[in-house]
Amino acid sequence: MIPAAFEYHRPQDMAEVLAVLEEHGDEARVMAGGHSLIPMMKLRMADVPHLIDLQDVGGLSNIDIGDDSIRIGAMVTQAAIIDHEGLGAVAPILREAALQIADPQVRYMGTVGGNVANGDPGNDMPGLMQCLDATFTVVGPEGERDIPAREFYEAAYMTAREDDEVLTSVTIPLPRGGYAYEKQKRKIGDYATAAAAVQIENDGGTCASVAIAMTNLSDTPVYSEAAGAALVGTSVDDVAIKAAVAAMLGDIDPTEDNRGPVAFKKHVAGVILRRAIERAWSRA
Amino acid sequence: MSNKMHIKLKVNGKDEEFLADPRELLIYTLRERLNITGPHIGCETSHCGACTVTIDGKSVKACTMFVAQASGKEITTIEGIGGPDDLHPLQTAFKEHHGLQCGYCTPGMITRAAKLLEENPNPTEEEIRFGMAGNICRCTGYQNIIKSIQAAAAEMNAAKEAAE
Amino acid sequence: MKDEVTREDRVANLKGLGCSRKRVEDARFTQGKGNYVDDIKLDGMLFGDFVRSPYAHARIKSIDTAAALEVPGVLAVLTAADLEPLGLHWMPTLAGDKQMVLADGKVLFQGQEVAFVVAEDRYAAADGIEAVEVDYEELPVIVNPFEALKSDVVLREDLVAEDGSIPPGAHGPRKHHNHIFTWEAGDKGPTDEVIANAEVVAEESMYYHRTHPCPLETCGCVASMDKVNGKLTLWGTFQAPHAIRTIVSLISGIEEHNIRVISPDIGGGFGNKVGAYPGYVCSVVASIVTGKPVKWIEDRMDNLMTTAFARDYHMTGQISATKEGKITGLKCHVTADHGGFDACADPTKFPAGFMNICTGSYDIPTAYLEVDGVYTNKAPGGVSYRCSFRVTEAVYFIERMIEVLAIKLNMDAAELRRINFIRKEQFPYTAALGWEYDSGDYHTAWDKALKAVDYDGLRAEQAQRVEDFKAGKTRKLMGIGLSFFTEIVGAGPVKNCDILGLGMFDSCEIRIHPTGSAIARLGTISQGQGHATTFAQILASEIGLPADSITIEEGDTDTAPYGLGTYGSRSTPVAGAATAMAGRKIRAKAQMIAAYLLEVHDNDVEFDVDRFVVKGAPEKFKTMKEIAFAAYNQAIPGIEPGLEAVSYYDPPNMTYPFGAYICVMDIDVDTGVPEIRRFYALDDCGTRINPMIIEGQVHGGLTEALAVALGQEIAYDDMGNVKTGTLMDFFLPTAWEVPNYETDFTVTPSPHHPIGAKGVGESPHVGGVPCFSNAVQDAFRPFGNTHTNMPHDHWRIWRTANELGLHD
Repeated sequence: MIPAAFEYHRPQDMAEVLAVLEEHGDEARVMAGGHSLIPMMKLRMADVPHLIDLQDVGGLSNIDIGDDSIRIGAMVTQAAIIDHEGLGAVAPILREAALQIADPQVRYMGTVGGNVANGDPGNDMPGLMQCLDATFTVVGPEGERDIPAREFYEAAYMTAREDDEVLTSVTIPLPRGGYAYEKQKRKIGDYATAAAAVQIENDGGTCASVAIAMTNLSDTPVYSEAAGAALVGTSVDDVAIKAAVAAMLGDIDPTEDNRGPVAFKKHVAGVILRRAIERAWSRA
Repeated sequence: MSNKMHIKLKVNGKDEEFLADPRELLIYTLRERLNITGPHIGCETSHCGACTVTIDGKSVKACTMFVAQASGKEITTIEGIGGPDDLHPLQTAFKEHHGLQCGYCTPGMITRAAKLLEENPNPTEEEIRFGMAGNICRCTGYQNIIKSIQAAAAEMNAAKEAAE
Repeated sequence: MKDEVTREDRVANLKGLGCSRKRVEDARFTQGKGNYVDDIKLDGMLFGDFVRSPYAHARIKSIDTAAALEVPGVLAVLTAADLEPLGLHWMPTLAGDKQMVLADGKVLFQGQEVAFVVAEDRYAAADGIEAVEVDYEELPVIVNPFEALKSDVVLREDLVAEDGSIPPGAHGPRKHHNHIFTWEAGDKGPTDEVIANAEVVAEESMYYHRTHPCPLETCGCVASMDKVNGKLTLWGTFQAPHAIRTIVSLISGIEEHNIRVISPDIGGGFGNKVGAYPGYVCSVVASIVTGKPVKWIEDRMDNLMTTAFARDYHMTGQISATKEGKITGLKCHVTADHGGFDACADPTKFPAGFMNICTGSYDIPTAYLEVDGVYTNKAPGGVSYRCSFRVTEAVYFIERMIEVLAIKLNMDAAELRRINFIRKEQFPYTAALGWEYDSGDYHTAWDKALKAVDYDGLRAEQAQRVEDFKAGKTRKLMGIGLSFFTEIVGAGPVKNCDILGLGMFDSCEIRIHPTGSAIARLGTISQGQGHATTFAQILASEIGLPADSITIEEGDTDTAPYGLGTYGSRSTPVAGAATAMAGRKIRAKAQMIAAYLLEVHDNDVEFDVDRFVVKGAPEKFKTMKEIAFAAYNQAIPGIEPGLEAVSYYDPPNMTYPFGAYICVMDIDVDTGVPEIRRFYALDDCGTRINPMIIEGQVHGGLTEALAVALGQEIAYDDMGNVKTGTLMDFFLPTAWEVPNYETDFTVTPSPHHPIGAKGVGESPHVGGVPCFSNAVQDAFRPFGNTHTNMPHDHWRIWRTANELGLHD
């Protein structure tokens, strides 16, 4: 498996990145850890005449925990998320999800930016970021702009980011309450058969707020507002959970693949969401 | 179209400089250009870990990195982990506990295990299984690999204690 | 003061039979110094790779190589048209069929080799492949063998006569243009009669899905034609190097003495590396054409899509019994999907391998087996993936039929097995389908296994679990998987086992050095089994020199004696026997030398561990080390100098290892996720050479069994596209998915093998697959399940639960 030849660029700052992107248009692609892009290039399913390696661009690998929010640089790896001490205390769902991505070697290389930006419906971070109501900051020739994660994904590999823009960071409002990232997969290294991210607040036994997002059950991640609405104001009892699951099932649109047919995926999505809600609620 | 790039690597402590096509995959650089044939090629899609090397302190699958990306970095392969005169405890333990059969996954397996023990000198069986899950073995069923890593950890910890 | 060396010390010093000797191979492997085929680098070496068909069935209208030849670094592009003048555009398969080396007018499976691009390096070759333009005309695709037998579409026009008639194939008459053979064993009439009149009959249809051995190292070779000396050297991933040499000679016309085939270290085989593949032929031709060495190495997708699938058997069975559960008859029909060419790696007289071992471990008086081989638009292969020829299929079949019969009889499946086992005193036992089982003690093994796991306790726990499930207290079911298997390995007696006419004997040559060390060479080749360690142990016990002083060499046809290689667990039964027999020849000569040195009659000395002693006077002795020195350096009347021996061993019979496996599994009915709580494996492989290595083989074979039973498959869509071409979708379990195994053993030596050993490498796979599968099926038995097909991946387990109404 040998990729087609390409011109390699390793710019030292973002201005240089944008200049290369502007010069080569859609012939150029930026690469972070490369663990999604390189296999596609090797299989010759992605043609990238100009490859822009972001590793030397400064300022993309920080994790900043503020009073209200967390800012994660695009080049922060899954391994860095897992090992970061402060992050585990303020947003443990990030670590729980990152541990369920791929395998140790891939987590050393795989980045948050790459995972959210490339638009692969199998990736775990997009759904997680929708659950956490994150905002993606992209920079392009016109300057910076922020795009809510819940509005970022349009279709498989199609996002609100323009070809000449680069995703630089992810900002997450400090999550509150209980959390769970629940994922069913066939084996280590597999994408989710179904995965659910849940962040939920408990106010004296009543659900005060909740956010629910599902992974690999549609051609984009699915933030299910309706599922959340079914839980808010309830005691998160069996009836409420059933309603939330039913609402979620109305929002997803899985397709058949080697992981199984649609009926199975829908069923598992329901089971996984139920488990995620129950676990998150027990921690709320 | 593609121009050869000037590449600088430090591999197993030795500086290497050469011109290469940027699309050259690091695994081929090591195996074919530098004749470091310990790391192997198994799946080519970053699932099996036979090509695992350590790059700047991280376990990396060398089949999924271009040599251009690796330029400027420090790389350790199985050859740099230990040889006839300075065997790493993992190398001894894998032999002692029958942690290998055909030997094809072994260099990647030991290279990864060395990093795992560096990060977690006292892993539980579950932590070893999770920490080694990026390396596939078709022969052993892993049971003796786990045993080998546990034995090496005990050996390394005992040596550390004795030195203190 | 030095302690006296005891006899036990001397035995221990040998590290012979029964010793868990550490492996001599491991030093190089743990230090990254193995030498696998892709490690070979020769001056001026070129790289070859294939243009492959994206279609499963298509006519090739044209191939345009002009643009490819313009790619910098590309030297040549071979097509069938280039090979045809040499007669190499097709090659014989191991099954008596022929196979296209490069597409000759059409392609029959996705990934089929269409053109071979030869370039200066792998990058140029890859670019060249992209530049070859092939014009395909798509044809109707058939991926189902039952449809193939009804279809008007002719897959193999080359096998239909001009008048439209169907000439017979290598294994007799063919019923349809997509039919390959019908193979029968046993008696149809009497079996039908027994079943028709039986008190109880259970029937089941099952599909043993297509999968692949997928060793971590793919297949590959380096061909180097030395035009000056007319010698061809071929390094490659060959499980049978001598057979490859003979085949290369037969198809190329190069005399065998001018061909040297070398199997270097092999990164796992499991059956994948038995066959001859187009890559080997094209590399040889390319080397002859260019005068330079040519390397070809498969990538993982090539490997999974084209070389050596396994299984793909559709099996239908009937089993009859008395009301008390005594089995009276067994009938089996198989529709075998062989893909586009019949390239199964079986002994020639056995087009369905040893499928006729399907009466299993049971005393079944009457049986009948019929197998129909069929062409489809899938890859050729049909190898024995970690098993003897088609034995996994046979054992899966009978171990499922036993379970299905137990359900019909409403009997405990362990008890049903017990009352039908062949009894110890019946051995040697001739089965209804013809095989003569050499030895066994099934009841002892079974009782030991059931006791070890507290079988009755497990059943009680399972019953409670069912209660709890029905009461809504749990959503997890518990399955107890049972399997009792008899393998048939060590092919085999030349009187009925050959491949392409090559008798399936094996060989060993021993040369003792003057100072008392030795080298032995064999016709086999290790792929991780540890031959360099274990064969030295066999010899150590036979000739009384320490295993550490014996080098074992395999895999180089210029130096090793002729043998048929390593697969089907044949190394220990056949080459291991040759090793022991050659050792005995050494010992016989050593006895004469010792007698001369001790000045007694030959019959007055006897062998004792590492020496010959004068009978009744143990203080008078000569060690083997002393004898070796004398053999070379002392003139002994009537005895030639030197100490060497050769043995070619034609086994009188197969060996029949057996074992009892039990798996305890919990199944989440809502997600379909199984969790293996416990796995107990008792193996009886006869005399145990190296317990450490046996245990390692069992762990590995069980893990491959787990993979096959729980998810590993080569799946096709209706268009013949392979859906599982990378390790994302082709299930190879990691350490995270694999349990710890408990191993145990009994020892029932083979009566006909020189040291009583039977072979073990494949037993755990053969016995493991039905055990894992039975565990899944057993979990659902209380809810009405009789059979569901593998692989039991999450969604299929979920489907079973769903169909049984467990989600309501």
